[in-house]
Amino acid sequence: MKTVLSKYLRPYYGRMLLGFVIKFIGTIMDLCLPWILAYMIDTVIPQGRRNDIFVWGFVMIVCSVLALTFNVVANRMASRVARDTTETIRHDLFVKIMWLSNAKTDEFTKPSLISRLTTDTYNIQQMLGRVQRLGVRAPILVIGGILVTLTLDPVLTLVMVSVMPVTAFVTYYFSRKSIPMYNALQRAVDQFVRLLREDIAGIRVIKALSKTDCEEQKYDDLNKKVVTLERKADVTMAVVNPATNLFLNLGLVFVVIVGAYRVDQGTSEVGKILAFLTYFTIILNAMINISKMFVIISRAVASADRIMEVIDVPDQVDQDEIKLDKINPNQVQSVYGEQSAEDEAYIRFEHVTFSYRSAEAEPNLADISFSLKKGETLGIIGATGSGKSTLAALLMRFYETDRGNIYIEGEDIRSMEAGRLRERFGVVFQNDTIFEDSIAGNVRMGRTLSDAEVRKAIEYARAKEFVEEAGRGYDDHINIRGANLSGGQKQRILIARALAAKPDILILDDSSSALDYRTDAALRRELAAHFADTTKLIIAQRVSSILHADHIMVLEDGKMIGYGTHEELLEHCEVYREIRDSQM
Amino acid sequence: MAEGQKKYEKPKNRKKTVLRLGSYMIQYKYLVLLALGLTLGSNLLALVGPMLSGYAIDAIEPGAGKVDFVRVFYYAGLMVVFYVVSSVLSYILSVLMIRISRKVVYQMRKDVFNRLMELPVGYFDTHQTGDIISRISYDIDTVNTSLANDIIQIFTTLITVVGAFFMMIVISPKLVLIFAFTVPLSIALTRFITGKTRPLFRMRSRRLGELNGFVEEMISGQKTLKAYHQEENTIGRFDGKNGEAVEAYYRAEYYGSVVGPAVNFVNNLSLALVSMFGALLFLTGQMRIGSISSFILYSRKFSGPINEAANIMSELQSALAAAERVFHMIDEPAETADCTGALELENVDGDVLLEDVSFGYTKDQKVIKGLNLHAASGKLVAVVGPTGAGKTTLINLLMRFYDVDDGRIRVDGHDICDVTRASLRRAYAMVLQDTWLFEGTVFDNIAYGRQGTTLEEVTAAARAARIHPYIRRLPQGYDTVLTDEGTNISKGQKQLLTIARAMLLDAPMLILDEATSNVDTRTEQQIQQAMRRLMEHKTCFVIAHRLSTIQNADVILVVNHGEIVEQGTHGELMERKGFYFQMYQAQFE
Repeated sequence: MKTVLSKYLRPYYGRMLLGFVIKFIGTIMDLCLPWILAYMIDTVIPQGRRNDIFVWGFVMIVCSVLALTFNVVANRMASRVARDTTETIRHDLFVKIMWLSNAKTDEFTKPSLISRLTTDTYNIQQMLGRVQRLGVRAPILVIGGILVTLTLDPVLTLVMVSVMPVTAFVTYYFSRKSIPMYNALQRAVDQFVRLLREDIAGIRVIKALSKTDCEEQKYDDLNKKVVTLERKADVTMAVVNPATNLFLNLGLVFVVIVGAYRVDQGTSEVGKILAFLTYFTIILNAMINISKMFVIISRAVASADRIMEVIDVPDQVDQDEIKLDKINPNQVQSVYGEQSAEDEAYIRFEHVTFSYRSAEAEPNLADISFSLKKGETLGIIGATGSGKSTLAALLMRFYETDRGNIYIEGEDIRSMEAGRLRERFGVVFQNDTIFEDSIAGNVRMGRTLSDAEVRKAIEYARAKEFVEEAGRGYDDHINIRGANLSGGQKQRILIARALAAKPDILILDDSSSALDYRTDAALRRELAAHFADTTKLIIAQRVSSILHADHIMVLEDGKMIGYGTHEELLEHCEVYREIRDSQM
Repeated sequence: MAEGQKKYEKPKNRKKTVLRLGSYMIQYKYLVLLALGLTLGSNLLALVGPMLSGYAIDAIEPGAGKVDFVRVFYYAGLMVVFYVVSSVLSYILSVLMIRISRKVVYQMRKDVFNRLMELPVGYFDTHQTGDIISRISYDIDTVNTSLANDIIQIFTTLITVVGAFFMMIVISPKLVLIFAFTVPLSIALTRFITGKTRPLFRMRSRRLGELNGFVEEMISGQKTLKAYHQEENTIGRFDGKNGEAVEAYYRAEYYGSVVGPAVNFVNNLSLALVSMFGALLFLTGQMRIGSISSFILYSRKFSGPINEAANIMSELQSALAAAERVFHMIDEPAETADCTGALELENVDGDVLLEDVSFGYTKDQKVIKGLNLHAASGKLVAVVGPTGAGKTTLINLLMRFYDVDDGRIRVDGHDICDVTRASLRRAYAMVLQDTWLFEGTVFDNIAYGRQGTTLEEVTAAARAARIHPYIRRLPQGYDTVLTDEGTNISKGQKQLLTIARAMLLDAPMLILDEATSNVDTRTEQQIQQAMRRLMEHKTCFVIAHRLSTIQNADVILVVNHGEIVEQGTHGELMERKGFYFQMYQAQFE
């Protein structure tokens, strides 16, 4: 919360101050009215001059007009600051999330990141707007009210002020108590949203199995939980308002009693007590507004903490680069292992070991070493869960190796900036995403590629026929998650995306599983003909997809149990033979 | 004014939305009545306050040495009692309202979700998940906040205004005339501004929904965006959406916040007028000072809630806009109801007949044209063909995720439009290419399709699906919770889990849509036996690319461009040396 204030509001301090001043003037105008009223009753009326009554009445009207103008202007400024601040916070958060390492994303989980970007930032915008509108006005009304009453009658003012610490304490105590409750609530909401998302994704299965009742039950449990937590937090905060009201009204009673004594002793006048009561109402309302603000602030503090938790994640990639900038290249090698610059290998893995969970757990990849020359093709085959996709993820540096090094053109990939590293790649993941965009847009992926390049890529990916099929075109809209395309069509669009920028390295992770053999074979021919300089990593289930590769790696349980050409493996690797036999 | 309103908004819609919100409250009418009673009590008590303080001031009025302390203390004592009771009542009231609003929100969330479950699958293919979630979470929250706070406030306003007005008439009917001028003024102002803001609040909800949709899609595809180094680009697009969202929020908020000062202005104006005319009345001896005091306090009481109500109007606007979006979703047409007197399919044999079936997702593009097919009970029908030939669409139609445009599909002779959807779908077991696991234990995921499954049965299914060793290696075995759509499970393992799930089902018909496309072939061969047992005595529809897996099919349909180009057994098709033959040969190229 503190960071939100110091970091994000600082640029607007000037505007906030100006808004504050304008609001201040507007509020003072509001405060002038009862003061003039007191003056009229105590001074003007006894003199009985009608003209003076009209003059002062007119002054009151002028004050009202000024109060209106200044308040509107100040509100507008406040909403603007809220808008600009929220925009920046949301921007920074999104930027952070975009650059977050995969390990961190897994840790936060995607649904939680989404709710931080949405619900939590709304809470902040709401809070910033309200606190500035009410939060400036209310304290001014309170302080201003007290100051004016001091000039009227200091003793009565002290009586009135004496109840304020009690109300402040009540407000503070209950807000403090409610913050953990709002945190718990937000966690429950995360779960709730997760279930929603899950059910939307699995709607076909749920319907097929007639499990809607079961999902409704699950949802109902979470719904109840969220509602209960909301109720608890709100009921806690509900004490504040009536309590504030009560204490201030009791203060009012004291003012009347003490006022009675003072009038009796001739140290005060009735008109003053009267004005006092009017100010008291203003102060009372302002205090109620302040306590309402605490409710909003309590919720926003919880949200701000959740946002800052993400924004404050140290950027590991950056740290690495900084370290490397400062030390000379020779040292880089000593930091990241020996490697000579003239290495002829284009990609080299050296004793790479990695585990998703912790380094002690059974590794998902163990001691993998191999090297590829430029333009060569590596086929990777193995049972599900044997670590094929993990290998690709490490090469693209989505995760850092636990042990061992990976080099591209003799350079340790940890010494490359992530963007520069990934620019070399064209990739299709196993569960890749089709975006809600045109076909061309999905292939282009925001890169500066000409229409011709996009079309060429679509042609290479053997997607041209269905794209140009009657009624379709390159600018045709693809539905959410590619719902209006078949599995094979989606894969071909994804392959076109990977090919479009003529990448140095192409990774196809099980990306032809939905293609029929003819299309698959045609695709391989295109790759051989037009992408000879591209180093290719092809992860596949079918031997036929990788049989012509320069090298084939056979993985089992994260270990490399075979490496060589098709013929070599048939001779030496029993598992590979079994795989081949199973497919004939 | 009425004409002015019509320009901005069709009041009918708003009225409907309000009535519908009301219908949620009506279920708790006794609680609502109780709340009304409490509001009345608490506010009337608070209203007596200024009257009492007026009396006390009259007792002070004689001035130095002549103050009537007995009366001052008497009225002060009464004030304490009234204020304490009033505060206690208002606390009880808040709690009560929180309870009511939670109940309403709970019910609304439930209604939306239940409807969501009834919507046709097509709805999810064309609506962003983020936007749907935004409606269920953010929009309902907005309604909720408004219900909890604003309803009480409106009651309070009503009671206080009426009460204060009554008190003021008692004190000085002449001064009340001033309000005949200022009250209509404040009402007119409020209505004018709210008329302007309503579309803005609607825009705000929409923009937030769009932002949610975008965020959802981008974060789901984060890995791909990173791979293509699209972070900057995506951030740029996000900034656009973000800018629109905060701007819409700002505009609604700003115009909404004009209401407060505007109404406050009218109140100040009336205070000025009351002071002037009150002073004149005092001069002519028609009023006492104490009365002016009470009158002014009442006029504050009178205008305070109006002021509050004006602020609330903007909240109410945003709540109505949100409620509209929620109701809009509840009103989405559900899957067409089962026709009246729909049959429950029971003891299904699994005889499936397709007659002249045509279907397209859009009107101008037919994916399936005039398809005829007979799958007798217990037969294995394989569907092969190039990608995009309409194979998956066939499944959408068999399961009635979509309804055919032309022709009909019969199961055991019944048109599937004449049987209940639930019983039709129960008759199928299904393993899809896009596997789906939920956050729950491995056990729950496998046992999902059948209630009361024992661990032995689940283990047996997992063994048959060759996923048992993998599960054993998990930290908590079958009790391991799969999180975040199974991030660290490979697609193949997911497929094996869903196959195990299907094995537990006892359905007469089976659909396998690329069920093993991501399973390596060795494992696939190892589960062959189990798959064969799974398919035994069932009518099976198998979609596959690996022609090796379907060679023993009773009938192979070769589909291309939505039409069956060839039909027959593997042997027959190979002899014909047609499309199938070519596809088969391509495997060995």
